[in-house]
Amino acid sequence: MIKNFKPVLAAAAVSLTMLSQGAFAAEEQFFPLIDYRVGPYGSNGQAFYGGFIDYLNYVNLKEKGVNGVQMTWEECETEYNNAKGVECYERLKSKAAKSAGPIHTMSTGISYALIDKSAQDKLPLAMMGYGRTDAVDGSVFPYAFPLVTTYQMQASAIVKFIKDKNAGNLAGKKIVYLYHDSAYGKEAIIAMEAEASLNKFTLVQIPVAHPGNEQGAQWLKIRQEKPDFVVFWGWGVMNQTALKAAQKVGFPRDKMIGSWWTGSEEDVVPAGDAAKGYMAATWNVAGKQVPVIADIEKVVYGAGKGNLQDTGKIGTVLYNRGVSAAVLSVEAIRKGQEKYGKGKALNGEQMRWALENLNITEARLKQVGATNLLPEIKTSCDNHEGSGKVKIQQWDGAKWVPVSDWIEGNKALIHPLFQASAKQYAKEKGITPRDCSKEK
Amino acid sequence: MNFFFEVLIGGLLSGVMYALVALGFVMIYKASGVFNFAQGAMVYLAALSVVGCMEKGAPLWLAIVLAFAIMTAFGIATEKFVLRKLVNQPPIALFMATIGLAFFIEGVAPMIFGSEPRALDLGIVDEPIPWILDNWNMVISKFDLVAAGVAAVLVATLALFFQYTRVGRALRAVADDHQAALSIGIPLQHIWAIVWGVAGFVALVAGMMWGARNGVQFALTFTALKALPVLILGGFTSVPGAIVGGLIIGASEKLAEIYIPPVMQDLFGGNFGGIEGWFPYVLALLFLLVRPEGLFGEKHIDRV
Repeated sequence: MIKNFKPVLAAAAVSLTMLSQGAFAAEEQFFPLIDYRVGPYGSNGQAFYGGFIDYLNYVNLKEKGVNGVQMTWEECETEYNNAKGVECYERLKSKAAKSAGPIHTMSTGISYALIDKSAQDKLPLAMMGYGRTDAVDGSVFPYAFPLVTTYQMQASAIVKFIKDKNAGNLAGKKIVYLYHDSAYGKEAIIAMEAEASLNKFTLVQIPVAHPGNEQGAQWLKIRQEKPDFVVFWGWGVMNQTALKAAQKVGFPRDKMIGSWWTGSEEDVVPAGDAAKGYMAATWNVAGKQVPVIADIEKVVYGAGKGNLQDTGKIGTVLYNRGVSAAVLSVEAIRKGQEKYGKGKALNGEQMRWALENLNITEARLKQVGATNLLPEIKTSCDNHEGSGKVKIQQWDGAKWVPVSDWIEGNKALIHPLFQASAKQYAKEKGITPRDCSKEK
Repeated sequence: MNFFFEVLIGGLLSGVMYALVALGFVMIYKASGVFNFAQGAMVYLAALSVVGCMEKGAPLWLAIVLAFAIMTAFGIATEKFVLRKLVNQPPIALFMATIGLAFFIEGVAPMIFGSEPRALDLGIVDEPIPWILDNWNMVISKFDLVAAGVAAVLVATLALFFQYTRVGRALRAVADDHQAALSIGIPLQHIWAIVWGVAGFVALVAGMMWGARNGVQFALTFTALKALPVLILGGFTSVPGAIVGGLIIGASEKLAEIYIPPVMQDLFGGNFGGIEGWFPYVLALLFLLVRPEGLFGEKHIDRV
């Protein structure tokens, strides 16, 4: 009798435990992390996603989640491969049905592959500083968010920086646009052409075939052209090769300004001394002087819950970028909870609303310890970018040093280009754009 | 005209760098008749081994010695665990095995040594030689000249090795026919281990030169892409062919990159350029139509 009673008792105990867990389990905000830590660009992913996860852990440890909602996540490795990115998305999307943080793929290619799917599944896609840039127009792309800055606004900001260095006048100057011959490299051409026309400088476009590990001809051409500046849209090995080739032809590195894909430690360290003086745009600063970065190291790594094995990456450009992305994501969760209920996890639709109504001011950045880590952001239905600002940083041979304040690209010049492109996309896809005046 | 020569010389010197990688392919093909898909990955492994050992505190010379030991051990292991089972199998089976090997290296090497791109300082400055710049207004890098010298020494050594040593002759016999070579007492296993070890050494030299120029990173595996048209042009079995092929490919792609896009723009409008990714392949394909065995390759004649 007793023998038979034992299993029943055990089952009852298990059921009770499960019931109690269900009844009292904290709400969880799930992040589908479609990331990359191995493969050709694994090093970039390790720093970015390490920073991202560290901040989520930080929020869980420091304030027990957002109003009690714990941050949770599951990683899926893409190796920066588009097909694997889609596979990961399909694998994780059912888990994100109830609660979904923004998806950060750190890949323009994967973002392009997911842009229609994520809209159908109502899961917001964040493309911070990359991706399909005309998604700035949220009336056509409700679920896609090229937050903070885009390639075009970044190019415009770089031109503004150069202009300021030249007493506000670029007329008669010559700028070479040296770019990775891919969709990414070509994205900013339209902005550079618009700026050249507006500011009356000569623009010389020089493409580099993928992977860009040989640029002898391009740099001899640059030597022949004798430009005043080189605006540089590189990627991967192309970055170090360009810096070395610039050294070889004697082009001064402090006349070279790159996009944010060319401005991490990984981009300059392999080039050694050839990188000294080189400048690049960035939408987040590097270093541990930012209070939240220092506090993450203390709280998260102090508790033995740090995500990085190589703690030397803490405070690097890409690590801080991962933290910045997580700060924005968590701030969106706070915003969403204000509307949909504090202490409740947000689903994809609610998260979309939150991302579209972000208003992160200097004061708020200060509260979360992210002063100067990233620029202020205010998004809306017709502006999914929300900032358009970058800083210019310079490599001093050992670290990146900011050499400008936040610089905003020429919005009046660039944003109409996005709207025209989005309109064309809507026409091709048969999308009826939302009326942004009715969105709140 | 000065600019033309500057581009031409720059191209020739770039071609030497391609030839350094192509030589590794030639080594394996010459000795086993196998196109080694893993050669690019071996270049990466070799360079990664050097910087990995240096990070552990080894001076450069010791790191090079240790990297050579790693590459030799890798060659012996490849023979023992991969190739030995495939003796007398069709070449395609061996080729498929090298594909697997490439993915294995690309996955495991960064796990051991880390995947972040790193600098490799060989103490050779990649800056223009002032005397040439001042007198001829031409940019010729000291680094490129050193690379050319290294390639010349390597080619001479390998050519002598293949032509005049017993092992070299045995290598060629094995390449011709595995079974026949075995039947006359040539120890196939030893020969393959030696050749993979030598290919590892060539990969080490190429990896160090490319790594010093562009940083040690995953993209070193892409150097193989630059070597393929060189092989088609120079011939898969010729050591001097790899050098001559490299020079032709290097010079022609640089001249094409400079002089073809403006013509295309005049004819069709728009923005052309970035053609050096595909131009060498078109050149190699055209060459294949005229001389399928390459410039110095062995003409293959079968008895019907």
